[in-house]
Amino acid sequence: MSGPSSIEVRLTGALGTFALAAEFEAPATGIVALVGPSGCGKTTILRCVAGLLRLHGSLRVRGEVWQDDARGIFLPPHARPIGYVFQEPSLFPHLSVRGNLEFGLRRVPSAERRLRLEDVADLLGVSGFLDRDPASLSGGQRQRVAIARALLASPRLLLMDEPLASLDRASKREILPYLEHLRATLDIPTLYVSHSPDEVARLADHLVSIGAGSVRASGPIAEMLTRMDLAREQGADAEAVVDATVTGHDAEFELTALAFSGGTFLVTRTAHPIGQRVRLRVLARDASLTLEHQTGTSILNIFPAVVDEVVTDGASQTVRLDVGGTPLLARITRKSGATLGIEPGRPVHVQVKAVALVD
Amino acid sequence: MDDGAELWAAVRLTVELAVVTTLVLLVIGTPIAWWLARSRAAWKEAVAAVVALPLVLPPTVLGFYALILLGPDGPGGWVAGLFGGRSLAFTFEGLVIGSVLYSLPFVVQPIRNAFESFGPRPLEVAATLRAGPRDAFWSVAVPLARPGFVTGAVLGFAHTVGEFGVVLMIGGGIPGETKVLSVAIYDYVETLQWTKAHMLAGGMLVFAFAVILGMLVLEKRLARRLR
Amino acid sequence: MTGCGRRRLGQTLLALLLLGAASVGWAAEARLAIAANFTAAAREIVAAFEAATGHRVVASFGSTGALYTQITQRAPYHVFLAADQVRPALAEREGLAVPGTRFTYATGRLVLFSREPDLVTGEATLRAGTFTKLAVANPITAPYGAAAVEVLRALGIYQTVERRLVLGTNIAQTYQFVETGNAELGLVAASQVAERAGGSRWLVPQSLHSVIAQDAVLLTIGAENPAAVAFLAFLRSGPARAVIARHGYAVAE
Repeated sequence: MSGPSSIEVRLTGALGTFALAAEFEAPATGIVALVGPSGCGKTTILRCVAGLLRLHGSLRVRGEVWQDDARGIFLPPHARPIGYVFQEPSLFPHLSVRGNLEFGLRRVPSAERRLRLEDVADLLGVSGFLDRDPASLSGGQRQRVAIARALLASPRLLLMDEPLASLDRASKREILPYLEHLRATLDIPTLYVSHSPDEVARLADHLVSIGAGSVRASGPIAEMLTRMDLAREQGADAEAVVDATVTGHDAEFELTALAFSGGTFLVTRTAHPIGQRVRLRVLARDASLTLEHQTGTSILNIFPAVVDEVVTDGASQTVRLDVGGTPLLARITRKSGATLGIEPGRPVHVQVKAVALVD
Repeated sequence: MDDGAELWAAVRLTVELAVVTTLVLLVIGTPIAWWLARSRAAWKEAVAAVVALPLVLPPTVLGFYALILLGPDGPGGWVAGLFGGRSLAFTFEGLVIGSVLYSLPFVVQPIRNAFESFGPRPLEVAATLRAGPRDAFWSVAVPLARPGFVTGAVLGFAHTVGEFGVVLMIGGGIPGETKVLSVAIYDYVETLQWTKAHMLAGGMLVFAFAVILGMLVLEKRLARRLR
Repeated sequence: MTGCGRRRLGQTLLALLLLGAASVGWAAEARLAIAANFTAAAREIVAAFEAATGHRVVASFGSTGALYTQITQRAPYHVFLAADQVRPALAEREGLAVPGTRFTYATGRLVLFSREPDLVTGEATLRAGTFTKLAVANPITAPYGAAAVEVLRALGIYQTVERRLVLGTNIAQTYQFVETGNAELGLVAASQVAERAGGSRWLVPQSLHSVIAQDAVLLTIGAENPAAVAFLAFLRSGPARAVIARHGYAVAE
């Protein structure tokens, strides 16, 4: 994974009484989420990647060395091709919205500019208030401007520090679709700090789980969410994500077909065009297991699967399944597990009674 | 020189002195204020205290030290020597130096406060948008600190106009060169020429009122814009 | 009995009273308001007075104008030693001072002074005019300044040196101009340089300017204060006059 398409972070240091020792490697594609409880060092890592903070170690992003203490290399933040979205919008109050957007844009040599102001403004829905003062915008609008401003610096790596955390519920709901849209349309690798499982499930491609100043695990999101050690902490809230493609719409029953590696989900009809990639979330408690393919059932989404791993937790069991290469989680009672003889390697059918479409 | 001409010369000289002093104060005071606002050096408050000393020292004391500083025993005499003089006292340049020393805290303090008021975030944002430190200073820090610059400039200007003790000490009261308005008023009062003294003092009062009022209005407007 | 005789009798009585007071260990306290230029001489005289009489003295030093303003505001001074004749006379007229107690205790002398050893040789130095700055006290506000300008006029050189004059607000500041070397010479009070060695100086003849008389007066508040009365008497005595002369003042015969 090392090389021009990866992000390699090795940092150690102390901030006050807080010791950080973080080491991970993540692909420089899509959205890499840094997750963990607050105060675990997520933001510190992000600030180090930006160069706003300096700890010991090394940073290599897409083949470029940004920091290597062994060789005495440390690029100052303004020399790193990044965009940074802070928790608070932090717009420059002395500049108009347009002035804010142009701030980074103007400082990028024209040969390196990859986005046009008008396009980004359209993408984030801020074209309507380019000439307004930041003070006159709502919280959600301001954060959209801040995101657009960061994008216009033509970053090779976008850094987002809980960009939704300071917003109210309505503003969050307003912005999430924009973020998903960005992920789908712009190919900018992003490090995304969050402690919201919801945001992560919707946006992330890769997860870096951080706890108390060190990296606990790092991997693709589908794998990470279904890792038993991590899923167990979630209990009944454990979930899996499934990346699927829209393959057809059924006009008669008003359903949409979404194909993934283990079969095809049928969901209530959506407006997505055929071929569009979508993400589904399946809660462990919404999945049940049968030994045979049930026919006399109202459940539409039934797939053959193989039991991968079982973890018992009191009266409950969390079962990880391999559904044609896609991991899913099912939450069942220990009694059911014993009755069905659930153990690794056992072929079963998984019935999914509810599925949420992320976008 | 008749009275009217001398009076007019004092007014003109005062305004010139205040303008030049204010410009010099902004040039010198801004980097000091910036350093005081941003440095984490443990001894920076000691520097801040030195800058604030003129607030505490009686003008006559400050004037006496300025006299030594400007004279043949101090650096001022050395500089004057380059131009064939023996001292910077009794010159316009000397008055500017004395006024700058005396008014420095009035300019540094508001600018420092303004630099501190917006915290490190805007500068971090600027850095992540490819602005180097110098660029960020001019494009972000200075515009954001504008109310502080206005306050500092106005206070520096007004304080120089009203300054008396130091100017008295190092000026020598040379008409048209170092005899500023406040010294002229003093002379009129001392010699019981109340009418002229009233005229000048009244003019200064009106001027000071206008300046302070203007400052308050402008400051409020800028602050609203930067909120 | 002549007025003079009556006064002498009064003094004798007072002296007897004072001696009596001292002998029974009864000492009073006098508060003096003294012009700043007389500070050094005053300290010596006060010390001698206290030693001789057992009275105590509290002295405040300041500019004559400021002290006078305080006196008009009923500041609790018993005796006023001014740097001019105007304020004591004014105090007397305003009823702030005891009539008939006013007298000239010292007469100021002007000296042309430079801290450079060979610069001042005499009147010729002023006439030659080879200096760049000549410090004088502001003639409008300071008696020494008025006298200095009279000297320059008497020598007929005022017009030529006028543009090279720098004015100190008072004689103390004028001396600072000279002592710090900012002005290479100045017309200052002889008392200011009496104890200063070195430099060069020319004592300006008193014929070149009007008298710079400094008057003392007993203030109404101190009229009944034996220490105040005794101090004024002591100020006219031989030992005090010797001190005053040594500090560069002329004293009336």
